[in-house]
Amino acid sequence: MDYFFQQLINGITLGAIYGLIALGYTMVYGIVGMINFAHGEIYMIAAFIGFLAFLLLASLGVTSVIVTLILVLVISMVFTSVYGFAVERVAYRPLRNAPKLAPLISAIGMSIFLQNYVQLTQGARVKSLPPVFTQNFHLTDSLTISTVQLLILGSTALLLLGFSYLINKTPLGRAQRACEQDRKMAALVGVDVDKTISLTFVLGAALAAVAGVMVILYYGVLDFYMGFLAGMKAFVAAVLGGIGSLSGAMLGGLLIGLIESFWAAYMGGDYKNVAVFAVLMLVLVVRPNGLLGRKQVEKV
Amino acid sequence: MRTPLLDVTDLTMQFGGLTAVDGVSFTAHQGEITAIIGPNGAGKTTLFNCLTGFYKPTQGTLLLHTADKSIRLDTLPRSHIAAKAKIARTFQNIRLFTGMTVLENLLVAQHNALMRASGFCIAGLLGLPRYRKAEQHALEKARYWLHKIDLTDKADWEAGNLPYGDQRRLEIARAMCMEPVLLCLDEPAAGLNPKESADLNTLLQDICNTEKTSLLLIEHDMSVVMNISHHIIVLEYGRRIADGTPQEIKNNADVIRAYLGEESA
Repeated sequence: MDYFFQQLINGITLGAIYGLIALGYTMVYGIVGMINFAHGEIYMIAAFIGFLAFLLLASLGVTSVIVTLILVLVISMVFTSVYGFAVERVAYRPLRNAPKLAPLISAIGMSIFLQNYVQLTQGARVKSLPPVFTQNFHLTDSLTISTVQLLILGSTALLLLGFSYLINKTPLGRAQRACEQDRKMAALVGVDVDKTISLTFVLGAALAAVAGVMVILYYGVLDFYMGFLAGMKAFVAAVLGGIGSLSGAMLGGLLIGLIESFWAAYMGGDYKNVAVFAVLMLVLVVRPNGLLGRKQVEKV
Repeated sequence: MRTPLLDVTDLTMQFGGLTAVDGVSFTAHQGEITAIIGPNGAGKTTLFNCLTGFYKPTQGTLLLHTADKSIRLDTLPRSHIAAKAKIARTFQNIRLFTGMTVLENLLVAQHNALMRASGFCIAGLLGLPRYRKAEQHALEKARYWLHKIDLTDKADWEAGNLPYGDQRRLEIARAMCMEPVLLCLDEPAAGLNPKESADLNTLLQDICNTEKTSLLLIEHDMSVVMNISHHIIVLEYGRRIADGTPQEIKNNADVIRAYLGEESA
């Protein structure tokens, strides 16, 4: 039984990371109606920035683990946000009124560009980070939860709370939802649409930054290609939960994480990705709008 | 003494070979309800679209006179028309934010003031007093308008689920939350029953008299137009064919011909 619960803990941890990335996909889709395929790469860049920040702080002689962690998170969030902002500004904004396929292709191009950019500047080899947190807590004899897992679960919960407050209660969130529904009308009531869209990309990048830092703490390895599969799965999570829905993205992320770790635990690791995508297909057959997606009702 | 608020001079809007508005000039005055009427396809909505920045006019100028300066609307970017010129509008086919609540629709319209007060969300997230106060103010204004349009009970409804007449009134209230100097209404009485239409008259007159907002009104419902407007402009095939008080328009031969056709012998 402990084995089952251990997998549950692992799955939820993994799912939280997918969920954080999926939020970025779903928010951007909600507001500009496009899939930002470069979002996985933003997450990869966040991991690299986090990695470099760890090295920098270590070489500066910062020894306190808590201080290091907070600084790394802040540095990664700030710089990744700049990347998110720049990607939108360079690759998507000029195509705002173009047919929908144009920004999609631009996004794929951006994704390839960012991968190669990191490969060229950081090298193609897998890098590894020595473990920062080594402590494990024993819940029972054979059931453990690590500090990093607690950290991931805690920060995800915190970010979700802050985020739903931001979207539901602040003027920025209201403006985002207004742009989502009718961009022209939003401009007419005085919302600066371009600025709102930029801020959406920045927020998505900041969430991906947290995911990126947590992942290198959790697995200890990173390379320029890590964004592809993680981004793909997070995208699946967003679609599974119902693209455009924030709680759906989180739910989808958790489901994907659970499926992946349970499949790996009981059926072996070989076909875990197949399982993830198969579940997506099954769900979409039954619920084409995703689990929490809204059905489009056409009023006649 | 009437003070001019909006000067439209020689406005022309062409789409390829089609001239939708053809050299129209008129003046709308402060504190008045100016109605624009005309048969379908006369160019009324096109005129509104030029006014609110949806279209760039092919020719002509639109000049808005405010207390301290005059603003050229035809050269102003669309996003500034709401913020700088303080012109608000409603649509023929209602354009509410249907997935948001009634109250939120009224709060979005106060976005700029709130955003400034919230210091781009940072003060808002921290709940600083300055933002609290601004939010309180925005809520009060929203409640004031909810009361006026009689939707206080339905403040938490999703706007898309409101009955048609309520949606019409909500759209007007949303525009008024922007505190416009000029409110442009595109067929506000379309699809309303006689009672709702009478209520609308009261609301529009109240906006004009109490809120001191001037109105520009496109309307087919003559019971609305003749009862509340101070000044009527008649368009046909993109041209202005008459301009005057309701009484003058009623007796204008060109207008009668445009609406009823030539009198056959």
